Order: sequence, then C-alpha cells, then structure tokens
Amino acid sequence: MSEKRRLLLFLAGAVGLAAIYTAGILNMPAWGTYRGPYGDVIAGLVVFQRHATDVVNAITYDYRGFDTLGEEFILFSAVTGVTLLLRPESEEKKKKFEEGENPASFQDRAALSETVQVFTTAMFGFSVLFGIYIGTHGQLTPGGGFQGGLIVAAAPMLLYVAENTEAFERIISHPIADFLESVGASAYALIGVGALALGLPFLTNMLPLGTTGDIFSSGTIALISACVGLEVAAAFMGLTYEYLREILSRSRNEED
Amino acid sequence: MRFWGAGLLILIAASAFAIVRTDDVRNQVLALSFYGLLLGLMFFIFQAPDVALSQITVGAMALPLMVMLALTRMKHRAALGKGEKEKSHE
Repeated sequence: MSEKRRLLLFLAGAVGLAAIYTAGILNMPAWGTYRGPYGDVIAGLVVFQRHATDVVNAITYDYRGFDTLGEEFILFSAVTGVTLLLRPESEEKKKKFEEGENPASFQDRAALSETVQVFTTAMFGFSVLFGIYIGTHGQLTPGGGFQGGLIVAAAPMLLYVAENTEAFERIISHPIADFLESVGASAYALIGVGALALGLPFLTNMLPLGTTGDIFSSGTIALISACVGLEVAAAFMGLTYEYLREILSRSRNEED
Repeated sequence: MRFWGAGLLILIAASAFAIVRTDDVRNQVLALSFYGLLLGLMFFIFQAPDVALSQITVGAMALPLMVMLALTRMKHRAALGKGEKEKSHE
C-alpha cells in the first residue's frame, strides 16, 4: 500500500473516531452525577454505621472485606510464586557466579552527581513517613494500607539510586520482612475469625468504633488496613531483594 | 470540566501510542511510568482519589520497577552466560 493511500485510510479512521468521540463527550451525563442507587445509600450510611469518613476504604475493608481478604492472598501467593522462581541456584553454580569475572560492566558508567545523591538520601525519611501517614489514615482520607505499604517499600529504592548499596541491602534483606509478611496476611484472617469467636458473622466489625475523624476510629477498618500495609510493604521489599540478590552479592564480593 | 477530562483521555491515548513507538526497552519502561502517572491524574480528575493513589503507586512506581528489575537480572544473567562460554573456549 502506498504512503498516500495509508495516509488516506488513517485520515478516514481518525475523522470517524473524532466524530464518535465528540458525540460521546457531548452526550455524557453532567459531570459528577451518579445514577446507581447503592453509592448514594452507602455514602449516607457509612459515617453513622462505621465512623469512617473514607467510604471507599470502609467498603473495601469492611462491607466487602471478604473479597479483599481473597485479594490479599492473591498478592501473597503471587509473591511466594515469584520468590520460588527466583530462588538461588545450587551452591556450585552460585559459587561460579560469584567468582567469575564481572560480566555486567557496572564500573564504566558516569559518576553519580552529588545533587542526586544528597536529594534522594534526604527523601528517604520523608518517603517512609509519608507512607506511614497514608497507611494509617486510610479510614479518614484517600489512601490506606495498600498504597501506604507500597510507598514505604519503595523508599529503600531511593538509597539504591543514591548508590548507598550497603544500607539498601541491609534494609531489604532484613529477615524480619518475611515474618511481617506472614503476620500481616494472617492477622487479617484472624481478625475475621475473632468475630466468629464472639458469635458474630465472619469479619464483622466488632471493635469499638471510636470518634469519627479520630485516627483510632472505625474499628477493624483501620486495623485491617494496617495489616494489609504491613503485608504489602514486606512482600514488595522481599520481592525487590529476590530480584537483586545475585547482583548485590556480586558487587559486595568486588568491594572485598 | 468535561472537556478537560476529554482532553486528558486523548493525551493518555497519545502517550500509550508513544510507549509502543519507543524503541529502547529501558526508555519504554520510563514511558510506561509516565503513562501510569497520567492514568493516576485521570482517576483524580474523574473524582476517584483512592483509585488514583493506587494507580500512582502501582502503575507509575511498582510495575515499571518490577520490569526494570527483571531487565537488570536478565542482562546480568545473559552477560554471565557469555563470560562462561568465553572461558570454556580458552
């Protein structure tokens, strides 16, 4: 097909798309209107029923908490699967790997600028704090454990960018990460079982709800959100370490 | 407001096209991260701040990071295989 015909074909398609798109935009319902009944009902009820101001998190961690439990275990098993795939190979091959010449040329790249080094290191503490803030205020403002956990887990990457490999490895290879991952995942299920022990349906919000707007309000919503945050942060850090394990041990050998 | 949303959707479509047209895979990952950020902005404009936060952490940070880590590992492994082969030739 010649260039000209291709252009014609493209123009015909683009004009058609533009016409349909414009018609769609012009006939949209007014901005911010919501036509389904459930959203408005739940938005009106949630503050009275659960003392939580963020409706989305009240739904994810309470009204449909059972679904979220399943999602959490999807993440858990996915991380376990990746860890299994990336497991260290036999000792012999590992030794060979560590003793051989360094194939990836890490030395011949440009030196890191001081600005990057100072700025990324300074951002580390801020990122951790911000992640904890997002994670613990899920019941009040947008955010929650999942997002907060990822922000906390990404903070050590800043150290890697700043070429502070030693501190980076010390943080992400810490054995407590595995422990916290399991604790976070199982605590969610145990909270649900706790409701059963009190004679209530699984995952009933059985804790005192507290004052609306308070950080310790909303009963199990805040608690479950924190558990999810713990699990996500530990899992993501563990995953990063599994990917970089060989490369890190190699660069450590070179420094010796 | 509706036209800002419409414009943003076109920008997202254009940046998705840009990802496909990027040649180098590492640049592609960076483009993917930018695309994730744009999607986060879209969720925010369409009044879903919770989803926007999830999208920014997953789409703009976690996913590109995972792809980048996998690429680094692959590069490392490939270089190692090459080094071993050269050794056995000697």
